[in-house]
Amino acid sequence: MMRSERAKAALISVLLFLVFVGVWHIATLPKESAMAATSGADAEYAALMGKGAEKSGGFPAPAQVGKAFVTYLSDPFYDRGPNDKGIAIQLGHSLARVGLGFLLAVLVALPAGFTIGMSPLLMRALDPFIQVLKPISPLAWMPLALYTLKDSSISGIFVIFVCSIWPMLINTAFGVASVRRDWLNVARTLEVKPLRKAFMVILPAAAPTILTGMRISMGIAWLVIVAAEMLVGGTGIGYFVWNEWNNLALPNVIFAITMIGIVGMALDGLFGRLQKLVTYRE
Amino acid sequence: MAAHFLVIENLGKTYPATGSATNPPVFENICFAIEKGEFVCIIGHSGCGKTTILNVIAGLEDATAGNVFMDGREVKGPSLDRGVVFQSHALMPWMSVFSNVAFAVRSKWPDWPKHQIESHCREYLEMVGLGHALQKKPAELSGGMKQRVGIARAYAIQPKMLLLDEPFGALDALTRGTIQDELLKIVQATRQTVFMITHDVDEAILLADKIVLMSNGPYARIAEIVEVTMPRTRTRAEIHHDPQYYRIRNHLVDFLVNRSQHFAGIPTANDWKPPLVRPGLTVSSPASM
Repeated sequence: MMRSERAKAALISVLLFLVFVGVWHIATLPKESAMAATSGADAEYAALMGKGAEKSGGFPAPAQVGKAFVTYLSDPFYDRGPNDKGIAIQLGHSLARVGLGFLLAVLVALPAGFTIGMSPLLMRALDPFIQVLKPISPLAWMPLALYTLKDSSISGIFVIFVCSIWPMLINTAFGVASVRRDWLNVARTLEVKPLRKAFMVILPAAAPTILTGMRISMGIAWLVIVAAEMLVGGTGIGYFVWNEWNNLALPNVIFAITMIGIVGMALDGLFGRLQKLVTYRE
Repeated sequence: MAAHFLVIENLGKTYPATGSATNPPVFENICFAIEKGEFVCIIGHSGCGKTTILNVIAGLEDATAGNVFMDGREVKGPSLDRGVVFQSHALMPWMSVFSNVAFAVRSKWPDWPKHQIESHCREYLEMVGLGHALQKKPAELSGGMKQRVGIARAYAIQPKMLLLDEPFGALDALTRGTIQDELLKIVQATRQTVFMITHDVDEAILLADKIVLMSNGPYARIAEIVEVTMPRTRTRAEIHHDPQYYRIRNHLVDFLVNRSQHFAGIPTANDWKPPLVRPGLTVSSPASM
Protein backbone atom coordinates (compact mmCIF):
# COMPACT_ATOMS: atom_id res chain seq x y z
CA MET A 1 0.00 0.00 0.00
CA MET A 2 2.65 2.45 1.17
CA ARG A 3 5.03 1.25 -1.52
CA SER A 4 2.54 1.57 -4.35
CA GLU A 5 1.66 5.04 -3.08
CA ARG A 6 5.28 5.99 -3.15
CA ALA A 7 5.78 4.52 -6.61
CA LYS A 8 2.77 6.47 -7.87
CA ALA A 9 4.16 9.69 -6.44
CA ALA A 10 7.53 9.03 -8.09
CA LEU A 11 5.84 8.32 -11.39
CA ILE A 12 3.86 11.57 -11.22
CA SER A 13 7.06 13.44 -10.34
CA VAL A 14 8.81 12.07 -13.42
CA LEU A 15 5.81 12.86 -15.63
CA LEU A 16 5.63 16.41 -14.32
CA PHE A 17 9.32 16.85 -15.02
CA LEU A 18 8.92 15.54 -18.56
CA VAL A 19 5.94 17.83 -19.18
CA PHE A 20 7.94 20.76 -17.84
CA VAL A 21 10.90 20.01 -20.11
CA GLY A 22 8.55 19.44 -23.06
CA VAL A 23 6.78 22.76 -22.64
CA TRP A 24 10.13 24.44 -22.16
CA HIS A 25 11.41 22.83 -25.34
CA ILE A 26 8.41 23.92 -27.39
CA ALA A 27 8.50 27.44 -25.98
CA THR A 28 12.15 27.88 -26.92
CA LEU A 29 11.93 26.48 -30.46
CA PRO A 30 13.53 28.97 -32.88
CA LYS A 31 10.80 31.20 -34.35
CA GLU A 32 10.70 31.23 -38.20
CA SER A 33 9.64 34.83 -38.53
CA ALA A 34 12.22 36.06 -36.06
CA MET A 35 14.92 34.13 -37.85
CA ALA A 36 13.91 35.61 -41.18
CA ALA A 37 13.92 39.13 -39.81
CA THR A 38 17.42 38.70 -38.48
CA SER A 39 19.00 39.63 -41.75
CA GLY A 40 20.93 42.55 -43.02
CA ALA A 41 22.31 44.80 -40.37
CA ASP A 42 21.52 42.43 -37.53
CA ALA A 43 23.40 39.56 -39.13
CA GLU A 44 26.33 41.78 -39.84
CA TYR A 45 26.33 43.01 -36.27
CA ALA A 46 26.17 39.48 -35.05
CA ALA A 47 29.08 38.49 -37.20
CA LEU A 48 31.04 41.45 -35.84
CA MET A 49 30.35 40.29 -32.29
CA GLY A 50 31.75 36.85 -33.00
CA LYS A 51 29.54 34.00 -31.83
CA GLY A 52 26.72 36.42 -31.22
CA ALA A 53 24.34 34.60 -33.49
CA GLU A 54 24.20 31.64 -31.15
CA LYS A 55 23.29 33.75 -28.14
CA SER A 56 20.68 35.97 -29.69
CA GLY A 57 18.41 32.96 -29.92
CA GLY A 58 16.84 34.15 -26.63
CA PHE A 59 16.09 31.90 -23.68
CA PRO A 60 18.18 28.69 -23.82
CA ALA A 61 16.50 25.48 -24.86
CA PRO A 62 16.59 22.37 -22.64
CA ALA A 63 19.11 20.76 -24.97
CA GLN A 64 21.57 23.61 -24.46
CA VAL A 65 21.14 23.42 -20.69
CA GLY A 66 21.54 19.66 -20.88
CA LYS A 67 24.79 20.19 -22.71
CA ALA A 68 25.97 22.50 -19.93
CA PHE A 69 25.12 19.80 -17.38
CA VAL A 70 27.15 17.22 -19.28
CA THR A 71 30.11 19.55 -19.79
CA TYR A 72 30.34 20.65 -16.16
CA LEU A 73 29.49 17.38 -14.47
CA SER A 74 31.89 15.35 -16.63
CA ASP A 75 34.81 17.37 -15.28
CA PRO A 76 33.82 18.95 -11.98
CA PHE A 77 37.31 19.51 -10.56
CA TYR A 78 39.24 21.39 -13.26
CA ASP A 79 40.90 24.68 -12.42
CA ARG A 80 41.92 26.96 -15.27
CA GLY A 81 42.60 30.24 -13.57
CA PRO A 82 40.43 32.50 -11.41
CA ASN A 83 37.49 32.76 -13.80
CA ASP A 84 37.27 29.17 -14.93
CA LYS A 85 36.94 26.51 -12.26
CA GLY A 86 34.98 23.26 -12.11
CA ILE A 87 31.56 23.27 -10.47
CA ALA A 88 32.69 21.06 -7.60
CA ILE A 89 35.44 23.52 -6.74
CA GLN A 90 33.00 26.45 -6.80
CA LEU A 91 30.49 24.59 -4.65
CA GLY A 92 33.32 23.54 -2.37
CA HIS A 93 34.30 27.17 -1.81
CA SER A 94 30.71 28.08 -1.00
CA LEU A 95 30.25 25.11 1.30
CA ALA A 96 33.50 25.89 3.11
CA ARG A 97 32.34 29.46 3.74
CA VAL A 98 28.92 28.34 4.88
CA GLY A 99 30.44 25.61 7.03
CA LEU A 100 32.91 27.93 8.70
CA GLY A 101 30.42 30.74 9.30
CA PHE A 102 27.84 28.27 10.53
CA LEU A 103 30.32 26.59 12.87
CA LEU A 104 31.32 29.93 14.37
CA ALA A 105 27.64 30.74 14.83
CA VAL A 106 27.10 27.40 16.59
CA LEU A 107 30.03 28.10 18.90
CA VAL A 108 28.52 31.44 19.87
CA ALA A 109 24.78 30.72 19.69
CA LEU A 110 24.66 27.49 21.70
CA PRO A 111 26.43 28.71 24.86
CA ALA A 112 24.77 32.12 24.59
CA GLY A 113 21.37 30.57 24.00
CA PHE A 114 21.93 28.25 26.95
CA THR A 115 22.75 31.16 29.23
CA ILE A 116 19.84 33.24 28.03
CA GLY A 117 17.47 30.31 28.29
CA MET A 118 18.49 29.62 31.89
CA SER A 119 17.94 33.20 33.01
CA PRO A 120 14.56 34.84 32.43
CA LEU A 121 16.17 38.15 33.41
CA LEU A 122 18.81 37.94 30.68
CA MET A 123 16.19 36.75 28.22
CA ARG A 124 14.13 39.85 28.87
CA ALA A 125 17.14 42.17 28.86
CA LEU A 126 18.51 40.89 25.56
CA ASP A 127 15.19 40.50 23.81
CA PRO A 128 15.07 44.03 22.30
CA PHE A 129 18.56 43.63 20.84
CA ILE A 130 17.73 40.27 19.32
CA GLN A 131 14.46 41.59 17.93
CA VAL A 132 16.23 44.52 16.25
CA LEU A 133 19.21 42.56 14.95
CA LYS A 134 17.27 39.58 13.71
CA PRO A 135 15.38 41.19 10.81
CA ILE A 136 18.47 42.93 9.37
CA SER A 137 19.40 41.44 6.02
CA PRO A 138 22.81 39.89 6.57
CA LEU A 139 24.04 41.53 3.36
CA ALA A 140 23.50 44.93 4.96
CA TRP A 141 26.45 44.08 7.19
CA MET A 142 28.70 43.65 4.18
CA PRO A 143 30.08 47.23 4.00
CA LEU A 144 30.90 47.22 7.71
CA ALA A 145 32.44 43.78 7.41
CA LEU A 146 34.55 44.76 4.41
CA TYR A 147 35.70 47.93 6.14
CA THR A 148 36.65 46.32 9.43
CA LEU A 149 37.83 42.90 8.25
CA LYS A 150 39.47 44.17 5.03
CA ASP A 151 39.14 40.77 3.41
CA SER A 152 36.33 39.79 1.08
CA SER A 153 36.50 36.08 1.84
CA ILE A 154 36.39 36.59 5.60
CA SER A 155 33.58 39.11 5.12
CA GLY A 156 31.59 36.40 3.35
CA ILE A 157 32.10 34.09 6.30
CA PHE A 158 31.08 36.87 8.66
CA VAL A 159 27.85 37.42 6.76
CA ILE A 160 27.04 33.71 7.07
CA PHE A 161 27.86 33.89 10.76
CA VAL A 162 25.52 36.85 11.26
CA CYS A 163 22.63 35.31 9.38
CA SER A 164 22.81 31.88 10.98
CA ILE A 165 23.25 33.01 14.56
CA TRP A 166 19.71 34.27 15.24
CA PRO A 167 17.52 31.25 14.62
CA MET A 168 19.98 29.11 16.58
CA LEU A 169 20.22 31.55 19.44
CA ILE A 170 16.47 32.03 19.72
CA ASN A 171 15.65 28.34 19.43
CA THR A 172 18.33 27.30 21.90
CA ALA A 173 17.14 29.88 24.43
CA PHE A 174 13.54 28.83 23.90
CA GLY A 175 14.34 25.13 24.09
CA VAL A 176 16.38 25.52 27.25
CA ALA A 177 13.78 27.77 28.87
CA SER A 178 10.97 25.31 28.23
CA VAL A 179 12.57 22.13 29.55
CA ARG A 180 9.91 20.34 31.59
CA ARG A 181 9.90 21.42 35.23
CA ASP A 182 9.60 17.76 36.28
CA TRP A 183 12.91 16.77 34.69
CA LEU A 184 14.69 19.65 36.37
CA ASN A 185 13.11 18.66 39.66
CA VAL A 186 14.35 15.11 39.20
CA ALA A 187 17.85 16.49 38.66
CA ARG A 188 17.49 18.67 41.75
CA THR A 189 16.35 15.86 44.02
CA LEU A 190 19.28 13.81 42.76
CA GLU A 191 21.66 16.69 43.54
CA VAL A 192 23.03 16.60 40.00
CA LYS A 193 25.95 18.99 39.48
CA PRO A 194 25.25 21.94 37.15
CA LEU A 195 27.50 20.80 34.31
CA ARG A 196 26.15 17.26 34.40
CA LYS A 197 22.62 18.65 34.50
CA ALA A 198 23.35 20.83 31.46
CA PHE A 199 24.66 17.94 29.39
CA MET A 200 22.55 15.05 30.66
CA VAL A 201 19.18 16.72 31.16
CA ILE A 202 18.84 20.16 29.59
CA LEU A 203 20.75 19.54 26.37
CA PRO A 204 18.95 16.33 25.39
CA ALA A 205 15.61 17.82 26.42
CA ALA A 206 16.18 20.92 24.30
CA ALA A 207 18.00 19.14 21.45
CA PRO A 208 15.03 18.83 19.09
CA THR A 209 14.31 22.57 19.38
CA ILE A 210 18.00 23.42 19.00
CA LEU A 211 18.31 21.25 15.91
CA THR A 212 15.26 22.93 14.41
CA GLY A 213 17.04 26.25 14.88
CA MET A 214 20.17 24.85 13.24
CA ARG A 215 18.18 23.57 10.30
CA ILE A 216 16.56 26.96 9.76
CA SER A 217 19.95 28.65 10.09
CA MET A 218 21.54 26.34 7.56
CA GLY A 219 18.71 27.05 5.11
CA ILE A 220 19.17 30.78 5.48
CA ALA A 221 22.96 30.50 5.24
CA TRP A 222 22.69 28.65 1.95
CA LEU A 223 20.31 31.31 0.61
CA VAL A 224 22.61 34.10 1.69
CA ILE A 225 25.91 32.68 0.48
CA VAL A 226 24.85 32.99 -3.18
CA ALA A 227 24.04 36.67 -2.80
CA ALA A 228 27.15 37.30 -0.71
CA GLU A 229 29.42 35.70 -3.30
CA MET A 230 27.81 37.66 -6.09
CA LEU A 231 28.72 40.76 -4.15
CA VAL A 232 32.19 39.76 -3.03
CA GLY A 233 33.31 37.81 -6.07
CA GLY A 234 36.35 35.63 -6.49
CA THR A 235 35.12 32.10 -5.93
CA GLY A 236 32.02 30.20 -5.02
CA ILE A 237 28.77 29.23 -6.67
CA GLY A 238 27.32 32.73 -6.30
CA TYR A 239 30.28 34.18 -8.13
CA PHE A 240 29.93 31.47 -10.76
CA VAL A 241 26.33 32.51 -11.44
CA TRP A 242 27.32 36.15 -11.70
CA ASN A 243 30.27 35.35 -13.92
CA GLU A 244 28.18 33.28 -16.32
CA TRP A 245 25.60 36.07 -16.41
CA ASN A 246 28.35 38.45 -17.45
CA ASN A 247 29.33 35.93 -20.13
CA LEU A 248 25.65 35.85 -21.12
CA ALA A 249 25.87 32.06 -20.80
CA LEU A 250 22.35 31.42 -19.57
CA PRO A 251 22.54 27.61 -19.86
CA ASN A 252 25.37 27.70 -17.33
CA VAL A 253 23.31 29.95 -15.06
CA ILE A 254 20.41 27.50 -15.17
CA PHE A 255 22.80 24.67 -14.46
CA ALA A 256 24.22 26.56 -11.46
CA ILE A 257 20.73 27.33 -10.14
CA THR A 258 19.88 23.65 -10.26
CA MET A 259 23.07 22.76 -8.41
CA ILE A 260 22.29 25.34 -5.71
CA GLY A 261 18.91 23.73 -5.26
CA ILE A 262 20.30 20.21 -5.05
CA VAL A 263 23.02 21.10 -2.55
CA GLY A 264 20.48 23.03 -0.47
CA MET A 265 18.22 20.01 -0.45
CA ALA A 266 21.09 17.76 0.63
CA LEU A 267 22.01 20.12 3.49
CA ASP A 268 18.42 20.26 4.67
CA GLY A 269 18.17 16.49 4.45
CA LEU A 270 21.30 16.13 6.53
CA PHE A 271 19.88 18.31 9.29
CA GLY A 272 16.54 16.59 9.00
CA ARG A 273 18.29 13.32 9.74
CA LEU A 274 20.18 14.81 12.69
CA GLN A 275 16.88 16.15 13.97
CA LYS A 276 15.31 12.73 13.81
CA LEU A 277 18.27 11.36 15.73
CA VAL A 278 17.74 13.60 18.77
CA THR A 279 13.94 13.70 18.75
CA TYR A 280 12.34 11.71 21.53
CA ARG A 281 8.82 10.46 21.95
CA GLU A 282 7.11 11.26 25.22
CA MET B 1 11.06 16.36 69.51
CA ALA B 2 14.40 14.83 68.73
CA ALA B 3 12.88 11.39 68.90
CA HIS B 4 10.81 11.90 65.74
CA PHE B 5 12.38 11.11 62.39
CA LEU B 6 10.65 13.82 60.39
CA VAL B 7 9.24 16.89 62.10
CA ILE B 8 7.14 19.54 60.43
CA GLU B 9 6.74 22.68 62.49
CA ASN B 10 4.22 25.45 61.90
CA LEU B 11 4.48 25.16 58.15
CA GLY B 12 2.61 27.83 56.20
CA LYS B 13 2.38 28.91 52.59
CA THR B 14 1.01 32.15 51.23
CA TYR B 15 1.21 32.93 47.55
CA PRO B 16 2.02 36.55 46.70
CA ALA B 17 -1.10 38.43 45.65
CA THR B 18 -1.37 40.56 42.56
CA GLY B 19 -1.72 44.26 43.29
CA SER B 20 -2.33 45.56 46.79
CA ALA B 21 -4.66 42.82 48.00
CA THR B 22 -3.24 40.18 50.32
CA ASN B 23 -3.86 36.51 49.75
CA PRO B 24 -4.94 34.34 52.65
CA PRO B 25 -2.49 31.52 53.32
CA VAL B 26 -3.22 28.25 51.54
CA PHE B 27 -2.34 26.50 54.78
CA GLU B 28 -0.79 27.54 58.05
CA ASN B 29 0.42 26.09 61.33
CA ILE B 30 0.86 22.65 59.88
CA CYS B 31 2.53 20.45 62.50
CA PHE B 32 3.04 16.74 62.38
CA ALA B 33 5.73 14.12 62.67
CA ILE B 34 6.65 10.89 60.98
CA GLU B 35 8.54 8.09 62.70
CA LYS B 36 11.20 5.99 61.08
CA GLY B 37 9.66 3.12 59.15
CA GLU B 38 6.24 4.69 59.18
CA PHE B 39 3.99 4.97 56.12
CA VAL B 40 1.98 8.16 56.22
CA CYS B 41 -0.65 9.14 53.67
CA ILE B 42 -2.13 12.58 53.34
CA ILE B 43 -5.64 13.05 52.03
CA GLY B 44 -7.47 16.24 51.21
CA HIS B 45 -9.36 18.00 48.47
CA SER B 46 -7.54 19.58 45.55
CA GLY B 47 -6.00 22.94 46.35
CA CYS B 48 -5.47 22.35 50.06
CA GLY B 49 -1.72 22.37 49.57
CA LYS B 50 -0.81 18.69 49.84
CA THR B 51 1.62 18.86 46.96
CA THR B 52 3.16 22.01 48.38
CA ILE B 53 3.78 20.28 51.70
CA LEU B 54 5.38 17.35 49.89
CA ASN B 55 7.52 19.69 47.80
CA VAL B 56 8.66 21.52 50.92
CA ILE B 57 9.68 18.23 52.51
CA ALA B 58 11.45 17.31 49.27
CA GLY B 59 13.19 20.69 49.34
CA LEU B 60 11.86 21.66 45.93
CA GLU B 61 9.75 24.52 47.21
CA ASP B 62 10.10 27.01 50.05
CA ALA B 63 7.42 27.47 52.64
CA THR B 64 6.44 30.96 53.74
CA ALA B 65 6.63 29.97 57.40
CA GLY B 66 7.79 27.08 59.51
CA ASN B 67 10.48 24.44 59.29
CA VAL B 68 11.02 20.86 58.36
CA PHE B 69 13.56 18.69 60.17
CA MET B 70 14.64 15.26 59.07
CA ASP B 71 16.86 13.12 61.24
CA GLY B 72 17.51 16.16 63.43
CA ARG B 73 18.68 18.37 60.58
CA GLU B 74 16.75 21.14 58.92
CA VAL B 75 15.62 20.49 55.35
CA LYS B 76 17.07 23.16 53.10
CA GLY B 77 16.88 22.29 49.43
CA PRO B 78 16.63 18.93 47.72
CA SER B 79 18.77 16.02 48.82
CA LEU B 80 19.60 12.47 47.85
CA ASP B 81 18.32 11.49 51.30
CA ARG B 82 14.78 11.94 50.07
CA GLY B 83 13.64 10.07 46.97
CA VAL B 84 10.69 11.54 45.13
CA VAL B 85 8.21 9.75 42.88
CA PHE B 86 6.48 12.35 40.78
CA GLN B 87 2.83 12.37 39.80
CA SER B 88 3.73 12.46 36.12
CA HIS B 89 6.49 9.83 36.55
CA ALA B 90 9.00 12.41 35.15
CA LEU B 91 11.14 9.87 33.34
CA MET B 92 13.60 11.27 30.82
CA PRO B 93 12.09 10.16 27.50
CA TRP B 94 15.44 10.11 25.68
CA MET B 95 16.91 7.59 28.12
CA SER B 96 16.10 3.90 28.33
CA VAL B 97 14.47 2.50 31.44
CA PHE B 98 17.85 1.29 32.61
CA SER B 99 19.57 4.64 31.96
CA ASN B 100 16.88 6.49 33.86
CA VAL B 101 17.62 4.46 36.96
CA ALA B 102 21.37 4.47 36.29
CA PHE B 103 21.29 8.27 36.08
CA ALA B 104 19.97 8.37 39.64
CA VAL B 105 22.34 5.70 40.91
CA ARG B 106 25.34 7.45 39.37
CA SER B 107 24.25 10.69 41.03
CA LYS B 108 24.28 9.03 44.43
CA TRP B 109 27.45 6.97 43.99
CA PRO B 110 29.58 8.69 41.32
CA ASP B 111 32.60 6.51 42.11
CA TRP B 112 30.95 3.18 41.55
CA PRO B 113 32.36 1.10 38.70
CA LYS B 114 30.12 0.37 35.75
CA HIS B 115 29.33 -3.24 36.61
CA GLN B 116 28.29 -2.30 40.13
CA ILE B 117 25.90 0.38 38.85
CA GLU B 118 24.54 -2.10 36.36
CA SER B 119 23.81 -4.84 38.84
CA HIS B 120 22.36 -2.33 41.31
CA CYS B 121 19.96 -0.90 38.71
CA ARG B 122 19.01 -4.38 37.53
CA GLU B 123 18.21 -5.41 41.08
CA TYR B 124 15.81 -2.51 41.65
CA LEU B 125 14.15 -2.82 38.26
CA GLU B 126 13.62 -6.51 38.88
CA MET B 127 12.13 -5.62 42.25
CA VAL B 128 9.34 -3.72 40.47
CA GLY B 129 8.99 -6.47 37.87
CA LEU B 130 10.67 -4.71 34.98
CA GLY B 131 13.74 -6.90 34.55
CA HIS B 132 12.65 -7.66 31.00
CA ALA B 133 12.25 -4.04 29.84
CA LEU B 134 15.65 -2.57 30.67
CA GLN B 135 16.41 -1.25 27.23
CA LYS B 136 12.94 0.06 26.42
CA LYS B 137 12.25 3.77 26.13
CA PRO B 138 9.61 5.20 28.47
CA ALA B 139 7.35 5.93 25.49
CA GLU B 140 7.15 2.19 24.82
CA LEU B 141 5.82 1.47 28.30
CA SER B 142 2.30 1.59 29.70
CA GLY B 143 1.43 4.16 32.37
CA GLY B 144 1.75 1.59 35.14
CA MET B 145 5.16 0.45 33.96
CA LYS B 146 6.40 4.04 33.75
CA GLN B 147 5.36 4.65 37.31
CA ARG B 148 7.13 1.44 38.34
CA VAL B 149 10.33 2.80 36.81
CA GLY B 150 9.75 5.99 38.79
CA ILE B 151 9.46 3.96 41.98
CA ALA B 152 12.57 1.94 41.12
CA ARG B 153 14.49 5.14 40.43
CA ALA B 154 13.50 6.65 43.78
CA TYR B 155 14.20 3.40 45.65
CA ALA B 156 17.51 2.71 43.95
CA ILE B 157 19.25 5.64 45.62
CA GLN B 158 18.31 4.09 48.99
CA PRO B 159 16.91 7.31 50.44
CA LYS B 160 16.16 7.73 54.11
CA MET B 161 12.67 8.68 53.11
CA LEU B 162 10.41 8.22 50.11
CA LEU B 163 8.00 10.92 48.96
CA LEU B 164 5.21 9.90 46.64
CA ASP B 165 3.11 12.57 44.98
CA GLU B 166 -0.10 10.79 44.04
CA PRO B 167 1.86 8.24 42.05
CA PHE B 168 -1.09 6.15 40.92
CA GLY B 169 -3.52 8.97 40.19
CA ALA B 170 -3.33 8.60 36.43
CA LEU B 171 -3.63 4.80 36.36
CA ASP B 172 -6.68 2.66 35.75
CA ALA B 173 -8.13 0.78 38.72
CA LEU B 174 -6.73 -2.65 37.81
CA THR B 175 -3.17 -1.45 37.22
CA ARG B 176 -3.38 0.65 40.33
CA GLY B 177 -4.32 -2.42 42.39
CA THR B 178 -1.35 -4.43 41.14
CA ILE B 179 1.14 -1.66 41.76
CA GLN B 180 -0.32 -0.99 45.20
CA ASP B 181 0.27 -4.64 46.03
CA GLU B 182 3.85 -4.41 44.80
CA LEU B 183 4.52 -1.21 46.71
CA LEU B 184 2.99 -2.74 49.83
CA LYS B 185 5.25 -5.77 49.51
CA ILE B 186 8.36 -3.68 48.96
CA VAL B 187 7.60 -1.28 51.79
CA GLN B 188 6.82 -4.12 54.20
CA ALA B 189 10.07 -5.82 53.28
CA THR B 190 12.28 -2.73 53.51
CA ARG B 191 10.57 -0.84 56.35
CA GLN B 192 10.98 2.29 54.26
CA THR B 193 9.73 5.57 55.68
CA VAL B 194 7.14 6.92 53.25
CA PHE B 195 5.07 10.06 52.89
CA MET B 196 2.45 9.78 50.19
CA ILE B 197 -0.27 11.96 48.72
CA THR B 198 -3.38 10.21 47.53
CA HIS B 199 -7.00 10.87 46.64
CA ASP B 200 -7.93 7.27 47.06
CA VAL B 201 -9.31 6.36 50.47
CA ASP B 202 -8.86 2.61 49.94
CA GLU B 203 -5.30 3.09 48.84
CA ALA B 204 -4.56 5.07 51.98
CA ILE B 205 -6.08 2.43 54.28
CA LEU B 206 -4.24 -0.37 52.50
CA LEU B 207 -0.83 1.26 52.62
CA ALA B 208 -0.69 3.66 55.53
CA ASP B 209 0.01 3.45 59.23
CA LYS B 210 -1.36 6.92 59.70
CA ILE B 211 -3.56 9.03 57.49
CA VAL B 212 -3.30 12.79 57.73
CA LEU B 213 -6.56 14.51 56.86
CA MET B 214 -6.35 18.04 55.54
CA SER B 215 -9.27 20.43 55.56
CA ASN B 216 -10.04 22.63 52.59
CA GLY B 217 -8.15 25.86 51.95
CA PRO B 218 -7.71 28.73 52.39
CA TYR B 219 -6.33 28.35 55.90
CA ALA B 220 -6.17 24.62 55.32
CA ARG B 221 -5.03 22.71 58.37
CA ILE B 222 -4.54 19.16 59.48
CA ALA B 223 -8.00 18.44 60.79
CA GLU B 224 -7.11 15.09 62.31
CA ILE B 225 -4.73 12.21 62.05
CA VAL B 226 -6.29 8.79 61.64
CA GLU B 227 -4.43 5.76 62.83
CA VAL B 228 -4.98 2.67 60.75
CA THR B 229 -5.56 0.13 63.49
CA MET B 230 -5.07 -3.00 61.48
CA PRO B 231 -2.09 -5.32 61.40
CA ARG B 232 0.61 -4.30 58.98
CA THR B 233 0.46 -7.66 57.28
CA ARG B 234 -2.72 -6.66 55.52
CA THR B 235 -3.26 -7.52 51.86
CA ARG B 236 -5.55 -6.08 49.28
CA ALA B 237 -7.37 -9.38 48.95
CA GLU B 238 -8.26 -9.67 52.64
CA ILE B 239 -8.33 -6.18 54.02
CA HIS B 240 -12.04 -5.63 53.39
CA HIS B 241 -12.93 -8.64 55.53
CA ASP B 242 -11.60 -6.86 58.59
CA PRO B 243 -14.53 -5.15 60.37
CA GLN B 244 -12.20 -2.35 61.28
CA TYR B 245 -11.73 -1.56 57.59
CA TYR B 246 -15.21 -0.15 57.10
CA ARG B 247 -15.13 1.88 60.29
CA ILE B 248 -11.98 3.60 59.09
CA ARG B 249 -13.25 3.93 55.57
CA ASN B 250 -16.56 5.49 56.63
CA HIS B 251 -14.72 7.86 58.89
CA LEU B 252 -12.49 9.02 56.06
CA VAL B 253 -15.31 9.38 53.55
CA ASP B 254 -17.38 11.30 56.11
CA PHE B 255 -14.49 13.65 56.56
CA LEU B 256 -13.97 14.24 52.86
CA VAL B 257 -17.67 14.75 52.15
CA ASN B 258 -18.72 16.76 55.20
CA ARG B 259 -16.19 17.80 57.77
CA SER B 260 -13.39 18.87 55.41
CA GLN B 261 -15.14 22.18 54.74
CA HIS B 262 -15.56 23.20 58.37
CA PHE B 263 -12.25 24.93 58.75
CA ALA B 264 -12.05 26.59 55.32
CA GLY B 265 -11.39 30.31 55.60
CA ILE B 266 -10.92 30.22 59.39
CA PRO B 267 -7.38 31.11 60.51
CA THR B 268 -5.69 28.31 62.38
CA ALA B 269 -4.75 28.88 65.99
CA ASN B 270 -1.04 28.85 66.72
CA ASP B 271 -1.30 26.00 69.15
CA TRP B 272 -3.63 23.89 67.02
CA LYS B 273 -2.89 20.24 67.48
CA PRO B 274 -4.86 17.79 65.35
CA PRO B 275 -6.54 15.01 67.31
CA LEU B 276 -5.30 11.47 66.77
CA VAL B 277 -8.31 9.37 65.89
CA ARG B 278 -8.80 5.62 65.98
CA PRO B 279 -12.16 5.11 64.28
CA GLY B 280 -14.18 2.40 65.95
CA LEU B 281 -11.80 2.32 68.90
CA THR B 282 -10.93 5.27 71.12
CA VAL B 283 -10.54 8.94 70.40
CA SER B 284 -7.54 10.51 72.01
CA SER B 285 -7.09 14.23 71.61
CA PRO B 286 -5.06 16.16 70.94
CA ALA B 287 -2.42 14.09 69.22
CA SER B 288 0.47 13.29 71.47
CA MET B 289 2.92 13.59 68.62
